[in-house]
Amino acid sequence: MRIVDHPVLGKEENVPEVTIYFNGRPLAAQEGEPVAAALMAHGIRVFRRTRKRREVRGVFCAIGRCTDCAMTVDGVPGVRTCITPVRDGITVESDAGGEGEHP
Amino acid sequence: MITSLGPRRHISRPPVPVDVAVVGAGPAGLAAAVECARLGARPVVFDENLRPGGQLFKQIHKFFGSKEHKAGTRGFDIGSTLLEDARTAGVDVHLSATVLGVYPERVLSVIECDSHRLYKARCVILATGATENALSFPGWTLPGVMGAGAAQTMINVNRVLPGRRVVMVGTGNVGLIVSYQLLQAGADVACLVEAAPNIGGYGVHAAKVRRAGVPIYLSHSVKEAQGSDEVERVVLIGLSPDWRPVPGTEFRVEADTICLAVGLTPLTELAQILGCEMTYMPSLGGHVPLHDDNMETSVDGVYVAGDIAGVEEASSAMEEGRLAGVSAAESLGLCDEGAAEARRWEIRARLDALRTGPFGGGRRSDRQSLVEKGRRQA
Amino acid sequence: MTEQDTARGVLYDGFPSRAEIAASPGVPSPSRLASGPVAFIECVQEIPCNPCEAACPRGAITVGLPVTNLPRFDGERCTGCGLCIPKCPGLAIFLIDMTFAPDKALVEFPYEYLPLPSKGDVVGVVDRSGKVIGRGEVVKVLVSKAFDGTAVVGVAVSKELAMDVRSIARRKHGDGK
Repeated sequence: MRIVDHPVLGKEENVPEVTIYFNGRPLAAQEGEPVAAALMAHGIRVFRRTRKRREVRGVFCAIGRCTDCAMTVDGVPGVRTCITPVRDGITVESDAGGEGEHP
Repeated sequence: MITSLGPRRHISRPPVPVDVAVVGAGPAGLAAAVECARLGARPVVFDENLRPGGQLFKQIHKFFGSKEHKAGTRGFDIGSTLLEDARTAGVDVHLSATVLGVYPERVLSVIECDSHRLYKARCVILATGATENALSFPGWTLPGVMGAGAAQTMINVNRVLPGRRVVMVGTGNVGLIVSYQLLQAGADVACLVEAAPNIGGYGVHAAKVRRAGVPIYLSHSVKEAQGSDEVERVVLIGLSPDWRPVPGTEFRVEADTICLAVGLTPLTELAQILGCEMTYMPSLGGHVPLHDDNMETSVDGVYVAGDIAGVEEASSAMEEGRLAGVSAAESLGLCDEGAAEARRWEIRARLDALRTGPFGGGRRSDRQSLVEKGRRQA
Repeated sequence: MTEQDTARGVLYDGFPSRAEIAASPGVPSPSRLASGPVAFIECVQEIPCNPCEAACPRGAITVGLPVTNLPRFDGERCTGCGLCIPKCPGLAIFLIDMTFAPDKALVEFPYEYLPLPSKGDVVGVVDRSGKVIGRGEVVKVLVSKAFDGTAVVGVAVSKELAMDVRSIARRKHGDGK
């Protein structure tokens, strides 16, 4: 959920919109924001499942240290989505088994 | 973001000479760079993030202190001023630049612009800050469990709610402040949970949150986070005076988010790689590098400033940065000892003003004993 | 019995007890309180902080050195202008006017949430623990760039609530009144 108006930060500025693809699903995002923020803005907090035990993972530290949020971005695996900015057309895959399977 | 470095036989380019290399473009690092730049140095600041400012731009509340500490000004405004000062002083800031290590003769190994570079610095100022601690309990890996700083980044920098109803673990200033900011962002805060029998942070921060009707459960902790794919409810449990869970005191709170505000630990890897003498001080956050009154470590020409030297706050980080900046400039011959000492005493006076009272006084004596320990070991 | 009646102190409750407030140098005398609008500072912990001192155009607030001193309040100098309210970083300064109306007192407090209430709204008023202890009419909503994001809201409440009311019940976007 986006914070449209805020008592200290004021109203949201008009940020150009881009389209990102999460496991093939198109989602609106704001240019330059981290991938993880774009997903959370849509209420998506379950990012992937772990390979062995199939446990769900999402954002934990949001600062690029813990790698819980890492997914395959534009075909590159293990990308920390909390510190990677979106751009138009970027693909984000949960990468369970390397096949872009949704958790 | 690094995609691929490709095959590389050997780094053939010689290290780029730099007079002052600052690692970290948060309040400590930027203040250090501005200080030595104003004295004639040409500092280069490296930061692994996309944007400078460290944690400063997430701080949307008005700071305390006195006029010289810019009291009454919101953290992000202090950050903007600092960035403007850095720009005016001609400070060179390299973003998305990760310092992998700092080696003998103060050689920095840096990954930036998808390539690897070496820099040889006459002085190094480490201002790498601190990292949030984690707390584990059954269900802690569920989406919805995150650091308090993570939530703060989401709401204040990205303008995105990380959840709708939050349980905040920890009542230090971070837990209290972020709880208030979550309310301002439009989330509900179900409660704060504190293992100790008293609140850890400032009463005025707690009062804002209590005024909003948010309860604080002292001597409690999280027993379990429950939910199928995300946090759906939280089980809290009472603790005995010696912090043991008391069976039978469990109760459930409906919430979809748990924020962990359970302390910070200095990021000291680079200091350790350099061989700086360290000491363990729990009150400062853990292992910290020894340093003298001028913020110089046991390794010649290597200084520390900010949370790396002990977890505190942005205001003191900036003052420590200035101390390190003056000292680095002095060691480069850019100002004489008299001028440097005079400047340092001004800065120390402002630092001391922050380190008084029931909250700050303890930090002051901790830091004094750290400096004394450094002297004894020297 | 409210939480304020059984308060243990700011370190435990997260809000200052009536005793802690009464013992602090930031509160006006009972006679000054009865005579007209006056500031009411609820600052009971020594932290390095002094913007209140410079905020008062009449010099009614003194912190001095060290800046951890609790603010000393001189009610005789205070004209009840309320300029100090938005300046306190801790949002710990209020204004009380026991003479607002024959049966009502005015309590002004800092407010940093959206939506802002509107003049004329009748809302739940809360004590320091956030408990709704009555209803009040919003009579003042002051927003100014000079306040840097901190609005000042004033509610008219029954006089016996004036020593306890410190905010209004929190509302969120889309809430009814």
